[in-house]
Amino acid sequence: MERIPILRMGEFLLVTIQVDMHDQLALTLQEDLAERIRKTSAKGVLIDISALEIVDSFIGRMISTIAGLSKIMDAQTVLVGMQPAVAITLVELGLSLPGVATALDAERGMSLLRRRLKLS
Amino acid sequence: MAVLHARTIDAVRKNEPALLARWSQNLEASGATRDARISPQEMSTQARDFLRLMVDASATADASDTGAREWADTRAFLENLSRTRALQGFDSQDTASFIFSLKRVLFETIQHAYADSPQDQAGQMWAVSELLDSLGMHTVRSFQKSREEIIARQQEDLLELSTPVVKLWEGVLALPMIGTLDSQRTQVVMESLLERIVETGSEIAIIDITGVPTVDTLVAQHLLKTVTAIRLMGADCIISGVRPQIAQTIVHLGLDLQGIVTKANLADALAVALQRLEFRVTKAA
Amino acid sequence: MMTVPGVTRESGSQEVVVEQDVVIARQTVRKLSTQCGMRLVDMTKFITAASELARNTVIYGGGGQMEWDVLENGTRKGLRLRFRDDGPGIADLKLAMSDGWTSGNGLGLGLSGAKRLVDQFDIETAPGQGTRITIVKWA
Repeated sequence: MERIPILRMGEFLLVTIQVDMHDQLALTLQEDLAERIRKTSAKGVLIDISALEIVDSFIGRMISTIAGLSKIMDAQTVLVGMQPAVAITLVELGLSLPGVATALDAERGMSLLRRRLKLS
Repeated sequence: MAVLHARTIDAVRKNEPALLARWSQNLEASGATRDARISPQEMSTQARDFLRLMVDASATADASDTGAREWADTRAFLENLSRTRALQGFDSQDTASFIFSLKRVLFETIQHAYADSPQDQAGQMWAVSELLDSLGMHTVRSFQKSREEIIARQQEDLLELSTPVVKLWEGVLALPMIGTLDSQRTQVVMESLLERIVETGSEIAIIDITGVPTVDTLVAQHLLKTVTAIRLMGADCIISGVRPQIAQTIVHLGLDLQGIVTKANLADALAVALQRLEFRVTKAA
Repeated sequence: MMTVPGVTRESGSQEVVVEQDVVIARQTVRKLSTQCGMRLVDMTKFITAASELARNTVIYGGGGQMEWDVLENGTRKGLRLRFRDDGPGIADLKLAMSDGWTSGNGLGLGLSGAKRLVDQFDIETAPGQGTRITIVKWA
């Protein structure tokens, strides 16, 4: 079964979504991430969607869910690289992903995670 | 249902050079070829291409239904012609007369081809007339649409020009908004601001509304949408130029600004932005 | 029934039964939207709306069809999509269309959201009579 790869970078997990996901793939990612956070006691999750041209309500909810799950397991989530057209569309759909921190790119996302880790 | 008979189509094809020459003469007589915007060669190429497309389509199609699939290539040619003419600044009359001046020439051809049967002659002339009228109308309509599109695009360009996104500092963009904020304007502006944020990697955008006369619920909603989109992308937004009257309106309307920082003027907003980005401004001596 | 200006130039349809079909639907809509010359933001909005409706067809409608038509109005091109299913239909349409623009978590059928993303939106549904949703966007 195809899966989205999850990379480990020290205390953080990095997920780069580059394919047009069907719902099951998204759910599998959610489960895989929860499991990896538990196994590695990761302190942060960085989700890179700079390659995604479409983010609909299902994927939007997946991202919120991942942020929620991570928080329960004591990890921070940062979403990076959202394309302008995607941002405009999500807003029009009525989704603002309130519980999700964001950054312009992976580099800044990592800085943000490190800063938050220092504070917590 | 009007069909161009095989005899008519043959007559046109066989006499193509003479036909094109007479059409060209008619166009010259009307002054169409003296216009510097289009060369005589271009004009005659267009004439020849159009004639061939029209004749080819007539061979298999109903001349009174130019919306049918068989006429798609002819329609597309005319749409292209209209668009080019519109871009070159011609008016709709010039563009349409290109088609209509072909009528007389075709009538003459039919007259010769059907000299022996007046009834068929009349029928074919009618069919050709209907056909060219319909294609002529299509050309005019396409021309109007092209003109409207050009104007719409010019308006968009103007909108973008009138709301330039300025880089104030490394990582800080400013968008001074002037005039009323309507839905279309906000969209164009929002898109260009978001693009610039990504292009420059700026983490803070300052939207200055000093030049915006009123802020009602609709305007506030537009601003809110813009800010939400900016945050989703990973940047943040400060709104500056919030005059006391606007602040009052916001309170009266019970608008929830959702934690957006607002400042009275651009300078204050810039100070906040620089602080957030951990810049410190000190005097040289 | 929705009336649109212009004529239909090209049409097609595809199944929307399993969730993979939602992905395929998105790809089809992308291809067609590009053909129509839609700008990036408009295309993104339209594909997203199609994704929402396709998913609804699979999940709530028990599977159905997506029919598409490329429209032409003078020199302007547009795209019309029709999602139809023979599922249970929507009982309370008003409720289903009611979530306004909020910063909430977008639960429910996402119909009002999809409506905001398109130029024209039409829905025919009744309990036991399936659902037919039509959306149009012009380039």
